Amino acid sequence: MNELIQLIVSGTATGAIYALAALGFTLLWQASGTINFAQGDFVMLPAFTMLFCMIAGAPLWLAFLATCVAAMLVLGVGFKKVIVDPLIRHGVIPLVIATLGVSMALKTIVRAGYSAEAHQFPAIFPAGQFTIAGVNVSWADLGTLVLAAVIVIALQTFVTRTLTGRAMQAVAQNTDAARVLGIDAKRMVLYTFLINAILAVVTALLITPTYLAKFDMGDSIGLKAFFAAIIGGFNQTRGALLGGVLIGVLENLVGFYWSPAYKEGVALMLFLVVILWRPEGLLGKVEERKV
Amino acid sequence: MSAAGPSHGDNAGKAFLEVREVRKHYGAIKAVDGVSFKVGPGEIVGVIGPNGSGKTTLFNSILGQIRPTSGSVEFCGEDITAMSPLELSRRGVGRTFQTLQVFGQLPVRDNLIVAAQEFQGSLPGRLFAAPDAGLGERADRMIELFRLKHVAQLPAGRLSYGQQKLIDIAMAFMPNPRLVLLDEPCAGVNPSLVDQLRELLVELNRSQGGSFVVIEHNMDFIMKLCPHVICMVEGKVLSEGKPADVQANPAVLEAYLGN
Amino acid sequence: MNARVHLLALAAALAALAIVALYLKRSEVYLLTLWAVYVMATMGLNLTAGYAGQMSLGQAAFFGIGAYLAAILLKLGWPFLAVLPVAALVCFVVGLALGFPALRVQHHYLAFATLGFNVLVYLAMRNEEQITGGTFGISGIPRPTFLGIDLGGHVAYWYWTLGSLVVLGGILWWLLRSPWGRAFAALRDNPIRAESLGVNITAYTLLAFAIGAAFAGVGGVYYASLVEFIEPGPFHFSTSLMMLLAVIVGGSGKFYGPALGTAIVILLPEFLRGSSTPWLKFMQVWYLAVFGIAVVALMIWLPGGLLSIRERLDRKGGPQ
Repeated sequence: MNELIQLIVSGTATGAIYALAALGFTLLWQASGTINFAQGDFVMLPAFTMLFCMIAGAPLWLAFLATCVAAMLVLGVGFKKVIVDPLIRHGVIPLVIATLGVSMALKTIVRAGYSAEAHQFPAIFPAGQFTIAGVNVSWADLGTLVLAAVIVIALQTFVTRTLTGRAMQAVAQNTDAARVLGIDAKRMVLYTFLINAILAVVTALLITPTYLAKFDMGDSIGLKAFFAAIIGGFNQTRGALLGGVLIGVLENLVGFYWSPAYKEGVALMLFLVVILWRPEGLLGKVEERKV
Repeated sequence: MSAAGPSHGDNAGKAFLEVREVRKHYGAIKAVDGVSFKVGPGEIVGVIGPNGSGKTTLFNSILGQIRPTSGSVEFCGEDITAMSPLELSRRGVGRTFQTLQVFGQLPVRDNLIVAAQEFQGSLPGRLFAAPDAGLGERADRMIELFRLKHVAQLPAGRLSYGQQKLIDIAMAFMPNPRLVLLDEPCAGVNPSLVDQLRELLVELNRSQGGSFVVIEHNMDFIMKLCPHVICMVEGKVLSEGKPADVQANPAVLEAYLGN
Repeated sequence: MNARVHLLALAAALAALAIVALYLKRSEVYLLTLWAVYVMATMGLNLTAGYAGQMSLGQAAFFGIGAYLAAILLKLGWPFLAVLPVAALVCFVVGLALGFPALRVQHHYLAFATLGFNVLVYLAMRNEEQITGGTFGISGIPRPTFLGIDLGGHVAYWYWTLGSLVVLGGILWWLLRSPWGRAFAALRDNPIRAESLGVNITAYTLLAFAIGAAFAGVGGVYYASLVEFIEPGPFHFSTSLMMLLAVIVGGSGKFYGPALGTAIVILLPEFLRGSSTPWLKFMQVWYLAVFGIAVVALMIWLPGGLLSIRERLDRKGGPQ
């Protein structure tokens, strides 16, 4: 029993990281209809940027802040202006293909320009674990959960309580109506891209200590972000959280009780089951067909 | 006017399409709020009304593109409420759209053939059928009728707006539908071609014998084409009857001028 | 281009491909054959993605299923020509089974379902050692004989593959000219309009996807027999992405698009690998980065792919 609870706790922590990546993915989709196949590489790039900063002698917190700024410029503004804006009017598919190209380019740049090896990344939480009611919980899992929760709550507060946040929501729900109300829709979409960039840096900060920094580390996390988003409901922010946590927990259970070899397949199985049973996702709302 | 009210024309009692108390509410917004009307075989009914009066939403509710909040639609004695567009097409219900809806990369002639081929034989059978599915001649006649011969081999997406509009309408008539709902057929069509379009529709009505429901803003067009007109305002039927009577109705005038 | 010129050009190109093999090195003929094998798969993907407009990111999984089936059955002594329909059918059925839940609701879910499927198939290939040999793979896959002719030699196998590619191309051509082909295009251009005209978009999407998968399965059989040793590596989902990019770069919905795109994706890196010119050596390492950026540029300026350049120029100069 304790074993099961332990697996669930650590699975929830991993799932919270997936959820952060999925959250950015969902936000982009809602605000601009962008399906970003480079989402995973958007996590990998900050991981290496932080690594470089630290090699250059910066402490972790400074590396993190510097990377946040860089990510907002490159993965936020740059991505939007250079790739999304010129392509969005061609429809979804050319944009998806372009993000595949971006993904390929980013991976190769890191592999060819720096290294194909996996690199250690300092943990932000202390090692070791503590015992509560007979269950062993690692400090890293607890820290991850707390940090993820803080970010989600902060984001939620920003979106629901501030004027800018509510304007962003309005744009996501109905761009034309929002524009009529005098909301600067372009600016709101840009904010979404910036938030996505920061979420990617935080995801990198949390996941790299265990997954290590490697040029293709984004493949697996990107895939799980998609599935988490769909499982929870593409049009629901809370859905991404639920989807991420579900995947994290189930992966742990499958890995332990069945076979660790099939851990990576859990997300797909869950996806197929969910769309057969609830096509709009667990928390998603049914969208009317557009004519 | 309710479904129980006196029906119009010679087709009293044997309505072909019967729309009963259809409502479509989006939260507090009542886009369509209890609309009923009947269409007899071979009849042409016009639907007019100011922008935002719920005409297109009504069409989409009848055609299964959206699910009505309440009410029912009956076609040839069968309940077709919220049936998918696919099932409706198999029952002989066709439509055109308000916005351009052609197959942009397919040549014009293929646009017309694809509009009717799915009603020929079975799905596996069509794989082995002749490339034109036996519809080449029919498509050519339609091309002739719509005067599209000079562009028949060009991709539809590269033609002018008006020409694409004609293709869209021609496609709806390719499978010999029993009922066609036309959503603003004149919108974007060169004014000099509007009369020609009206004559085409009359000709198709005569030769194919189907019933039409036409949404249109062009009053002149609708008054000349439709023996029976329904005026919608704010999701409700405001007035219904002969074109001249509807036009003369003070409430209709007010609704238009008030907007 | 009229039909006769087209056929003549095609015959000339095929003759050139056949003759040139006599003067090439063994490794070069091998590469050419590899290209033809991949074209079988990308041709199928062109049907799914280019003609029917459905994003499939799992073509390498079907390619792999075909290859593993071939490896197992050929080693059991099955004749090559009996393996082909089995591989095609298995991939077709698996394609239907995978596509059905994904397409029932949201058409862009197919991309995710196929991507996940590819991950799963790759895991199975690595871990089901009794069947697939795990990471050690399966070796000693025989090459076929045809009407008593041994196709074991590299040139003979190249002719065999090229001939088969032409037959497959003919089947695809015929399929695209049938009413099905028109329905696929209608579904790509405007699914909502298509549905209102009686086109069963779910059925046609599934068919386009499953037929595309079957082409990949057939390609996989030729692949297994060509390389004579298979392991999971080539069937990773990154291969699926490369296949999709090959289709798009060449020209999606263009009959010869996959042949061109596959040459760029498969042959060009191999050519670079063999080169010793300094700037080409640089490209060996950076090839994928350049390619990735080129894809982005292509999507911005020429989303129809390289073979759409003529239309693009026409349109710019044309009256419309």
